[in-house]
Amino acid sequence: MILNGFLVVGALLFALGATGVLIRRNAIVMLMCIELMLQGANVTLAAFSRYLDDQAGFVLVVFSLTVAAAEVAIGLAILVALSRVYPVVNVDQLDSLSG
Amino acid sequence: MADNLETTVAFWYLAIAAVGAGALMLVARNPVHSAISLVIVIFHVAGLFVILGAGFLAVAQIAIYAGAIVVLFLFTLMMLDMRRLPEERVTHRQIWLGIPLGILLAVEGVVVSIGTPEISESIKGAFPPATVSDLGGSTQALAVALFNDFTLPFLGASVLLTAATIGAIVLARRVEAHEQADFPQAASGSSTSETAAEADAAEPVLEESAR
Repeated sequence: MILNGFLVVGALLFALGATGVLIRRNAIVMLMCIELMLQGANVTLAAFSRYLDDQAGFVLVVFSLTVAAAEVAIGLAILVALSRVYPVVNVDQLDSLSG
Repeated sequence: MADNLETTVAFWYLAIAAVGAGALMLVARNPVHSAISLVIVIFHVAGLFVILGAGFLAVAQIAIYAGAIVVLFLFTLMMLDMRRLPEERVTHRQIWLGIPLGILLAVEGVVVSIGTPEISESIKGAFPPATVSDLGGSTQALAVALFNDFTLPFLGASVLLTAATIGAIVLARRVEAHEQADFPQAASGSSTSETAAEADAAEPVLEESAR
Protein backbone atom coordinates (compact mmCIF):
# COMPACT_ATOMS: atom_id res chain seq x y z
CA MET A 1 0.00 0.00 0.00
CA ILE A 2 1.33 3.37 -1.09
CA LEU A 3 -0.38 5.41 1.67
CA ASN A 4 2.64 4.97 3.93
CA GLY A 5 4.86 6.41 1.19
CA PHE A 6 2.77 9.59 1.01
CA LEU A 7 2.82 9.88 4.81
CA VAL A 8 6.63 9.54 4.80
CA VAL A 9 6.93 12.31 2.20
CA GLY A 10 4.63 14.53 4.25
CA ALA A 11 6.58 13.86 7.44
CA LEU A 12 9.93 14.52 5.74
CA LEU A 13 8.73 17.80 4.22
CA PHE A 14 7.37 18.89 7.59
CA ALA A 15 10.62 17.97 9.36
CA LEU A 16 12.66 19.82 6.74
CA GLY A 17 10.51 22.92 7.20
CA ALA A 18 10.81 22.74 10.99
CA THR A 19 14.58 22.33 10.73
CA GLY A 20 14.71 25.35 8.44
CA VAL A 21 12.78 27.49 10.91
CA LEU A 22 15.26 26.40 13.60
CA ILE A 23 18.53 26.91 11.75
CA ARG A 24 17.87 29.76 9.30
CA ARG A 25 17.85 33.35 10.61
CA ASN A 26 16.67 35.14 7.48
CA ALA A 27 13.08 36.15 8.18
CA ILE A 28 11.92 35.59 4.58
CA VAL A 29 13.55 32.15 4.37
CA MET A 30 11.91 31.26 7.69
CA LEU A 31 8.51 32.15 6.19
CA MET A 32 9.34 29.94 3.19
CA CYS A 33 10.16 27.09 5.59
CA ILE A 34 6.73 27.52 7.20
CA GLU A 35 5.28 27.10 3.70
CA LEU A 36 7.29 23.88 3.39
CA MET A 37 5.75 22.62 6.64
CA LEU A 38 2.28 23.44 5.29
CA GLN A 39 3.13 21.49 2.13
CA GLY A 40 4.01 18.44 4.23
CA ALA A 41 0.70 18.73 6.09
CA ASN A 42 -1.14 19.08 2.75
CA VAL A 43 0.41 15.87 1.39
CA THR A 44 -0.65 13.98 4.51
CA LEU A 45 -4.20 15.39 4.41
CA ALA A 46 -4.64 14.56 0.72
CA ALA A 47 -3.22 11.05 1.13
CA PHE A 48 -5.51 10.20 4.04
CA SER A 49 -8.46 11.71 2.18
CA ARG A 50 -7.75 9.54 -0.87
CA TYR A 51 -7.28 6.28 1.04
CA LEU A 52 -10.18 6.88 3.43
CA ASP A 53 -12.52 7.55 0.44
CA ASP A 54 -13.43 10.86 2.02
CA GLN A 55 -13.38 14.39 0.63
CA ALA A 56 -12.81 16.19 3.94
CA GLY A 57 -9.02 16.07 3.60
CA PHE A 58 -9.10 17.57 0.12
CA VAL A 59 -11.41 20.34 1.38
CA LEU A 60 -8.98 20.99 4.25
CA VAL A 61 -6.15 21.32 1.72
CA VAL A 62 -8.20 24.03 -0.01
CA PHE A 63 -8.54 25.85 3.32
CA SER A 64 -4.85 25.32 4.03
CA LEU A 65 -4.02 27.02 0.71
CA THR A 66 -6.27 29.94 1.70
CA VAL A 67 -4.70 30.31 5.12
CA ALA A 68 -1.20 30.02 3.64
CA ALA A 69 -1.95 32.85 1.20
CA ALA A 70 -3.31 35.06 3.99
CA GLU A 71 -0.38 34.21 6.26
CA VAL A 72 2.21 35.06 3.61
CA ALA A 73 0.47 38.32 2.70
CA ILE A 74 0.42 39.46 6.33
CA GLY A 75 3.86 38.09 7.17
CA LEU A 76 5.57 39.79 4.27
CA ALA A 77 3.67 43.04 4.92
CA ILE A 78 4.96 42.93 8.51
CA LEU A 79 8.50 42.37 7.21
CA VAL A 80 8.23 45.31 4.80
CA ALA A 81 6.84 47.55 7.55
CA LEU A 82 9.54 46.34 9.96
CA SER A 83 12.34 46.94 7.48
CA ARG A 84 11.40 50.64 7.33
CA VAL A 85 12.18 50.99 11.02
CA TYR A 86 14.92 48.38 11.44
CA PRO A 87 16.79 47.63 8.19
CA VAL A 88 17.90 44.17 9.30
CA VAL A 89 17.14 40.75 7.90
CA ASN A 90 18.48 38.69 10.79
CA VAL A 91 15.68 37.89 13.22
CA ASP A 92 18.18 37.60 16.08
CA GLN A 93 18.87 41.33 15.75
CA LEU A 94 15.22 42.19 16.37
CA ASP A 95 15.68 41.95 20.13
CA SER A 96 14.68 45.37 21.44
CA LEU A 97 11.92 43.80 23.56
CA SER A 98 14.39 41.54 25.38
CA GLY A 99 15.74 44.50 27.39
CA MET B 1 -6.27 4.46 -8.76
CA ALA B 2 -4.46 1.16 -8.91
CA ASP B 3 -0.99 0.96 -7.43
CA ASN B 4 0.55 -0.04 -10.75
CA LEU B 5 4.13 0.35 -11.95
CA GLU B 6 3.74 3.77 -13.58
CA THR B 7 2.16 5.21 -10.46
CA THR B 8 4.89 3.77 -8.28
CA VAL B 9 7.68 5.13 -10.47
CA ALA B 10 6.02 8.56 -10.64
CA PHE B 11 5.50 8.53 -6.89
CA TRP B 12 9.15 7.75 -6.16
CA TYR B 13 10.39 10.40 -8.57
CA LEU B 14 8.03 13.07 -7.16
CA ALA B 15 8.78 12.10 -3.56
CA ILE B 16 12.56 12.15 -3.93
CA ALA B 17 12.54 15.36 -5.97
CA ALA B 18 10.22 17.14 -3.52
CA VAL B 19 12.26 16.19 -0.45
CA GLY B 20 15.55 16.92 -2.25
CA ALA B 21 14.39 20.37 -3.33
CA GLY B 22 13.18 21.00 0.21
CA ALA B 23 16.66 20.16 1.51
CA LEU B 24 18.23 22.43 -1.12
CA MET B 25 15.99 25.22 0.11
CA LEU B 26 17.52 24.98 3.58
CA VAL B 27 21.15 25.04 2.46
CA ALA B 28 20.83 27.78 -0.20
CA ARG B 29 22.67 30.92 0.95
CA ASN B 30 20.78 33.19 -1.44
CA PRO B 31 17.07 33.65 -0.50
CA VAL B 32 16.19 33.79 -4.21
CA HIS B 33 17.59 30.28 -4.64
CA SER B 34 15.46 29.20 -1.67
CA ALA B 35 12.39 30.63 -3.42
CA ILE B 36 13.23 28.73 -6.62
CA SER B 37 13.62 25.51 -4.60
CA LEU B 38 10.23 26.21 -3.02
CA VAL B 39 8.71 26.41 -6.52
CA ILE B 40 10.26 23.02 -7.34
CA VAL B 41 8.79 21.52 -4.15
CA ILE B 42 5.38 23.00 -4.98
CA PHE B 43 5.33 21.55 -8.50
CA HIS B 44 6.31 18.09 -7.26
CA VAL B 45 3.73 18.17 -4.48
CA ALA B 46 1.19 19.13 -7.15
CA GLY B 47 2.29 15.98 -9.00
CA LEU B 48 1.65 13.97 -5.83
CA PHE B 49 -1.86 15.45 -5.72
CA VAL B 50 -2.39 14.26 -9.30
CA ILE B 51 -1.36 10.72 -8.26
CA LEU B 52 -3.86 10.97 -5.40
CA GLY B 53 -6.59 11.78 -7.91
CA ALA B 54 -7.04 15.42 -6.89
CA GLY B 55 -6.46 17.26 -10.14
CA PHE B 56 -8.20 20.43 -8.97
CA LEU B 57 -5.94 20.66 -5.94
CA ALA B 58 -2.87 20.25 -8.16
CA VAL B 59 -3.97 23.15 -10.37
CA ALA B 60 -4.95 25.27 -7.36
CA GLN B 61 -1.62 24.48 -5.75
CA ILE B 62 0.32 25.67 -8.80
CA ALA B 63 -1.88 28.74 -9.29
CA ILE B 64 -1.89 29.86 -5.65
CA TYR B 65 1.53 28.77 -4.44
CA ALA B 66 3.74 29.12 -7.50
CA GLY B 67 1.66 31.88 -9.03
CA ALA B 68 0.92 34.05 -6.02
CA ILE B 69 2.82 33.12 -2.88
CA VAL B 70 6.30 32.62 -4.33
CA VAL B 71 5.87 35.70 -6.53
CA LEU B 72 5.00 37.63 -3.36
CA PHE B 73 8.18 36.28 -1.75
CA LEU B 74 10.24 37.34 -4.75
CA PHE B 75 8.68 40.82 -4.81
CA THR B 76 9.50 41.26 -1.14
CA LEU B 77 13.06 40.06 -1.70
CA MET B 78 13.37 42.61 -4.49
CA MET B 79 11.92 45.43 -2.38
CA LEU B 80 14.04 44.68 0.68
CA ASP B 81 17.19 44.26 -1.46
CA MET B 82 19.04 41.66 0.57
CA ARG B 83 22.51 42.65 -0.69
CA ARG B 84 22.18 46.00 1.07
CA LEU B 85 21.27 44.41 4.40
CA PRO B 86 23.73 42.72 6.76
CA GLU B 87 24.48 39.04 6.13
CA GLU B 88 22.42 36.34 7.73
CA ARG B 89 24.35 34.96 10.68
CA VAL B 90 23.71 31.33 11.57
CA THR B 91 25.36 30.50 14.86
CA HIS B 92 26.86 27.12 15.72
CA ARG B 93 24.44 26.75 18.59
CA GLN B 94 21.51 26.87 16.15
CA ILE B 95 23.14 24.31 13.86
CA TRP B 96 24.00 21.87 16.64
CA LEU B 97 20.59 22.19 18.27
CA GLY B 98 18.44 22.56 15.17
CA ILE B 99 19.74 19.72 13.01
CA PRO B 100 19.47 16.96 15.67
CA LEU B 101 15.98 18.20 16.59
CA GLY B 102 15.02 18.16 12.92
CA ILE B 103 16.41 14.66 12.43
CA LEU B 104 14.54 13.54 15.55
CA LEU B 105 11.29 14.97 14.15
CA ALA B 106 11.93 13.33 10.77
CA VAL B 107 12.67 9.91 12.32
CA GLU B 108 9.60 10.19 14.52
CA GLY B 109 7.40 11.11 11.56
CA VAL B 110 8.80 8.34 9.36
CA VAL B 111 8.36 5.70 12.07
CA VAL B 112 4.75 6.73 12.67
CA SER B 113 4.08 6.89 8.91
CA ILE B 114 5.49 3.43 8.21
CA GLY B 115 3.61 2.03 11.18
CA THR B 116 0.26 3.33 9.94
CA PRO B 117 -1.93 0.24 9.48
CA GLU B 118 -3.92 -0.60 6.38
CA ILE B 119 -7.23 1.27 6.39
CA SER B 120 -10.12 -1.09 7.05
CA GLU B 121 -13.32 -0.93 5.04
CA SER B 122 -15.43 -0.12 8.12
CA ILE B 123 -13.97 3.38 8.63
CA LYS B 124 -14.05 4.47 4.99
CA GLY B 125 -15.99 7.60 4.10
CA ALA B 126 -18.86 8.42 1.79
CA PHE B 127 -16.86 8.95 -1.41
CA PRO B 128 -15.57 5.63 -2.79
CA PRO B 129 -14.20 5.77 -6.37
CA ALA B 130 -17.55 4.60 -7.79
CA THR B 131 -19.42 7.51 -6.17
CA VAL B 132 -16.74 9.96 -7.32
CA SER B 133 -17.07 8.85 -10.95
CA ASP B 134 -20.87 8.93 -10.64
CA LEU B 135 -20.62 12.57 -9.57
CA GLY B 136 -18.55 13.31 -12.69
CA GLY B 137 -14.99 13.34 -11.36
CA SER B 138 -12.84 14.34 -8.41
CA THR B 139 -13.46 18.07 -8.85
CA GLN B 140 -17.24 17.58 -8.71
CA ALA B 141 -16.87 15.37 -5.62
CA LEU B 142 -14.73 18.05 -3.98
CA ALA B 143 -17.38 20.67 -4.80
CA VAL B 144 -20.15 18.49 -3.35
CA ALA B 145 -18.23 18.14 -0.09
CA LEU B 146 -17.12 21.79 -0.02
CA PHE B 147 -20.53 23.34 -0.61
CA ASN B 148 -22.56 20.89 1.48
CA ASP B 149 -20.52 20.04 4.56
CA PHE B 150 -18.11 22.97 4.61
CA THR B 151 -20.27 25.94 3.59
CA LEU B 152 -19.66 27.94 6.76
CA PRO B 153 -15.86 27.42 6.80
CA PHE B 154 -15.87 28.38 3.09
CA LEU B 155 -17.55 31.69 3.95
CA GLY B 156 -15.13 32.09 6.84
CA ALA B 157 -12.21 31.65 4.44
CA SER B 158 -13.50 34.49 2.30
CA VAL B 159 -13.74 36.72 5.38
CA LEU B 160 -10.19 35.70 6.29
CA LEU B 161 -8.91 36.62 2.84
CA THR B 162 -10.65 40.01 2.98
CA ALA B 163 -9.19 40.70 6.42
CA ALA B 164 -5.72 39.63 5.25
CA THR B 165 -5.90 41.87 2.18
CA ILE B 166 -6.94 44.90 4.23
CA GLY B 167 -4.33 44.09 6.86
CA ALA B 168 -1.57 43.79 4.28
CA ILE B 169 -2.53 47.13 2.71
CA VAL B 170 -2.60 48.87 6.09
CA LEU B 171 0.71 47.34 7.17
CA ALA B 172 2.55 48.05 3.92
CA ARG B 173 1.39 51.65 3.44
CA ARG B 174 3.94 54.43 3.80
CA VAL B 175 4.51 55.63 7.34
CA GLU B 176 4.05 59.39 7.69
CA ALA B 177 6.97 61.39 9.00
CA HIS B 178 5.26 62.45 12.22
CA GLU B 179 4.26 58.85 12.93
CA GLN B 180 7.75 57.62 12.30
CA ALA B 181 9.28 60.05 14.78
CA ASP B 182 8.20 57.67 17.54
CA PHE B 183 10.60 54.97 16.35
CA PRO B 184 14.38 55.03 16.81
CA GLN B 185 16.28 54.57 13.58
CA ALA B 186 18.69 51.68 13.41
CA ALA B 187 22.29 52.78 12.89
CA SER B 188 22.81 51.17 9.49
CA GLY B 189 19.79 52.94 8.02
CA SER B 190 21.38 56.36 7.59
CA SER B 191 24.67 55.21 6.07
CA THR B 192 23.08 53.74 2.97
CA SER B 193 20.29 56.27 2.55
CA GLU B 194 22.15 58.42 -0.01
CA THR B 195 22.33 55.57 -2.51
CA ALA B 196 18.74 54.60 -1.79
CA ALA B 197 17.52 58.15 -2.38
CA GLU B 198 18.91 57.95 -5.90
CA ALA B 199 16.99 54.77 -6.54
CA ASP B 200 13.50 54.98 -8.02
CA ALA B 201 10.26 55.26 -6.10
CA ALA B 202 9.90 51.48 -6.01
CA GLU B 203 12.10 51.50 -2.94
CA PRO B 204 10.18 53.34 -0.25
CA VAL B 205 12.14 51.76 2.59
CA LEU B 206 15.09 54.06 2.93
CA GLU B 207 13.54 56.99 1.10
CA GLU B 208 11.47 57.43 4.18
CA SER B 209 14.39 57.30 6.56
CA ALA B 210 16.36 59.76 4.44
CA ARG B 211 13.87 62.52 5.16
